[in-house]
Amino acid sequence: MSVTPAMDTKAAVSGGKRKKSFVELLFEGRAFFALIAIVVVFSLMSPNYFTLNNFLIMASHVAIFGLLAVGMLLVILNGGIDLSVGSTLGLAGVVAGFLMQGVALPQLGVILYPSVWVVVVLTCLLGAVVGAVNGVLIAYLRVPAFVATLGVLYVARGIALLMTNGLTYNNLGGRPELGNTGFDWLGFNRLGGVPIGVIVLLVFAIVCHILLSRTAFGRWLYASGGNERAAELSGVPVKRVQITVYVLSGICAAVAGLVLSSQLTSAGPTAGTTYELTAIAAVVIGGAALTGGRGTVVGTMLGAFVIGFLSDGLVIIGVSAYWQTVFTGAVIVTAVLLNSIKYGRR
Amino acid sequence: MSALPETGRTDEVVLAARNVAKSYGSVRALKGVNFDIHRGQVTTLFGENGAGKSTLMKILSGVVQPTSGEIILDGEPIVFASSSQARDHGISIIHQELSLAPNMNVRDNIFMGREIMTATGVDFAEEERQTRLLMEELEEEIDPLTPVEDLRLGQQQIVEIARALSVNSRILIMDEPTSALSASEVEVLFKVIRDLTARGVSIVYISHHLEEALQITHHAVVLRDGAMTAYADRKDIDLEWIVRHMVGENFDLGSPPAGYEMGDVSLEIEGLTVPDPGGADYSVVDGMSLSVRAGEIVCIYGLMGAGRTELLETVAGRLKATSGKVVLKGRDITGRSIAECIRAGLVLVPEDRQRDGLVQTMTVGRNLSLASLGAFTRGLFTSAAREADLVGHAIRRVHIKTDGGAAAIGSLSGGNQQKVVIGKMLATDPEVILLDEPSRGIDIGAKAEVFKLLAERARQGLAVVYTTSELGECLSIAHRIIVMRRGRIAAEFGPDATKEQIMAASGEAVHAH
Repeated sequence: MSVTPAMDTKAAVSGGKRKKSFVELLFEGRAFFALIAIVVVFSLMSPNYFTLNNFLIMASHVAIFGLLAVGMLLVILNGGIDLSVGSTLGLAGVVAGFLMQGVALPQLGVILYPSVWVVVVLTCLLGAVVGAVNGVLIAYLRVPAFVATLGVLYVARGIALLMTNGLTYNNLGGRPELGNTGFDWLGFNRLGGVPIGVIVLLVFAIVCHILLSRTAFGRWLYASGGNERAAELSGVPVKRVQITVYVLSGICAAVAGLVLSSQLTSAGPTAGTTYELTAIAAVVIGGAALTGGRGTVVGTMLGAFVIGFLSDGLVIIGVSAYWQTVFTGAVIVTAVLLNSIKYGRR
Repeated sequence: MSALPETGRTDEVVLAARNVAKSYGSVRALKGVNFDIHRGQVTTLFGENGAGKSTLMKILSGVVQPTSGEIILDGEPIVFASSSQARDHGISIIHQELSLAPNMNVRDNIFMGREIMTATGVDFAEEERQTRLLMEELEEEIDPLTPVEDLRLGQQQIVEIARALSVNSRILIMDEPTSALSASEVEVLFKVIRDLTARGVSIVYISHHLEEALQITHHAVVLRDGAMTAYADRKDIDLEWIVRHMVGENFDLGSPPAGYEMGDVSLEIEGLTVPDPGGADYSVVDGMSLSVRAGEIVCIYGLMGAGRTELLETVAGRLKATSGKVVLKGRDITGRSIAECIRAGLVLVPEDRQRDGLVQTMTVGRNLSLASLGAFTRGLFTSAAREADLVGHAIRRVHIKTDGGAAAIGSLSGGNQQKVVIGKMLATDPEVILLDEPSRGIDIGAKAEVFKLLAERARQGLAVVYTTSELGECLSIAHRIIVMRRGRIAAEFGPDATKEQIMAASGEAVHAH
């Protein structure tokens, strides 16, 4: 019984040797071709679409859930899911806003105004802690990933609402005399014309790509997502890997929260609601398998850009927001359909 | 199903296989087998693991389709496209692995897929009544409303048997039905089998307990390596006949490597006791002690449930022992994690390579290098060149037939997949290698290659411990043969032991309970 797969994959191997047909090529690069198609179609429909400035604006929108998707990819490669990233994003923004307003210490009678870098580091730390909670719940307390991160989704959102009483922090600019200016740098500044948010996404994607392709950790992750038992028996510290991916996902969400609140120069407790679903969609459109072990950073980035460029394009040509939702849904289902065709044949 | 009088034509063949062959990829599980099932009689199929018994039964019951050959039902050729089609013709099978839904109760399991319907829904009362009747017949006090997960394994097997009985089949295939039953339950089952045959039902019986099977069978068929080697009526045969034909003249699996000095003790196990991983109140390994020297090959033989797997998994760090010590080259490694054991130089090749050995989503090369990532990682990064070296070396060293490290794992035959798992562990340069049933599911040629490989490595100072449930494999490369029975060492032999001695010590010939 154990030898059954040998039979049908023989055909697959000989198939791989001959030159790939056009259809196969189209299928392999489906996210890439979908992106091209989206760009071509919208460029034809609107003269404003195919401009450098528009692409940069759209890219800075993509940066937010692109960052979430990078973290989500790691979790999904492990065979898990992280539903808490949208809430973590919101909580991170609120905590950053709270710190920027100054922390009053009544016992000492002082108000601390941490500098922007301290705020960034503390916020990332917060994301790591949220991720660690997810990881420990899942790896050691054996709570299913879906349930654990769903719980954390509610808790993190609740804390964000409690901290602000449902209101929004508006003045994130800081004051020069307090030495805490520069928060808007993340969201507004450009390096060589490219928004900082996009550069942050690029850096995270490259680091993640190297992590996956060039380090032992990457190999551990693919192995434990593909077959946890086999990985464990080969000496892979599967629990450590599992916790690490949730921590990294939490950090990605916190950074996305910083970028978003900087872009908006305000931090609301409801920011990022349902963004976790967009991130999952990006990973899936990028060809990753929800069962774990398969997926790449390049694919995920393509997936994120497909969603971003599609929804922004629909806005530009004036399609109603309701239709946008329908289109996005159709794209996601089509992507999963294609994935199941690809992985369904063993 | 008409009840024939006992004087009826009991030699009538109801179901027959003619020249049936089945291949899984490059592995030929069955090579042209002829097999007759007689009306109202018990035909027992004997053979070692991997001889093709289960494959043949799956073909007869429509679970798998033969690659060639035909099935003849009542003199007419027939093709079963599925097991439900076979069931419609009155053929049902009790599988070796239980196929019950543990969350549902006994009644619902027995009538699963065949619910008795009335105009208003399922007739639970009638189902319950029939379930009670079945349980009475099997003399088992199981309430029809008990969830199956609350039953012990033996009772679950009874439920499985009851389900097969409930369809009123005329041909009933029983694949190892007694493996989890107590002696008294086996008696009841045999009584039921006699009742059934008296009613004209034909039984195909498969069991590792040879004497037990001899009590009820009318005919014996012996399979070996996918071919039928002998056929006889019960009155003409005895235990010795079966063993002789089962094991046969051995394909040469090698002999213990000789002509070199064995080193010091590599692995020392002292009084190791392991509780049942399922939480039952007994020890699966019960105070085992064993020492293995560098360059020595030790074979552990035992039946299913003897504790072989648990012993190896505990030594390798997967299960926790309640007492006892594991010492590797003078270092106490008791209770270390799997990763620590691998670093210390002790590796395990697991029994089920699909479930525990291979990562199907990764290539051959990445599987081979998985346990020795540290060997080609410098600082933070892995080195592609060093990895390619390691993979190429591993492929050559264990003779894997593959297009190269980038090939998909699924493209390899079972034997080559097994070599990947072994090669992966050997790539860590261990002092001790434990192999749990290394020959499971691979053909005889690959088996011989695996053993030759292990013998070579032993010559270079590796301590090798492997388990097997096939006698022919005990008497091959092992310097010592340990027979395990219910978590303890039942006997120890040298390479000159006979198959009968080993079999007797394992409790195979007589029922274990």
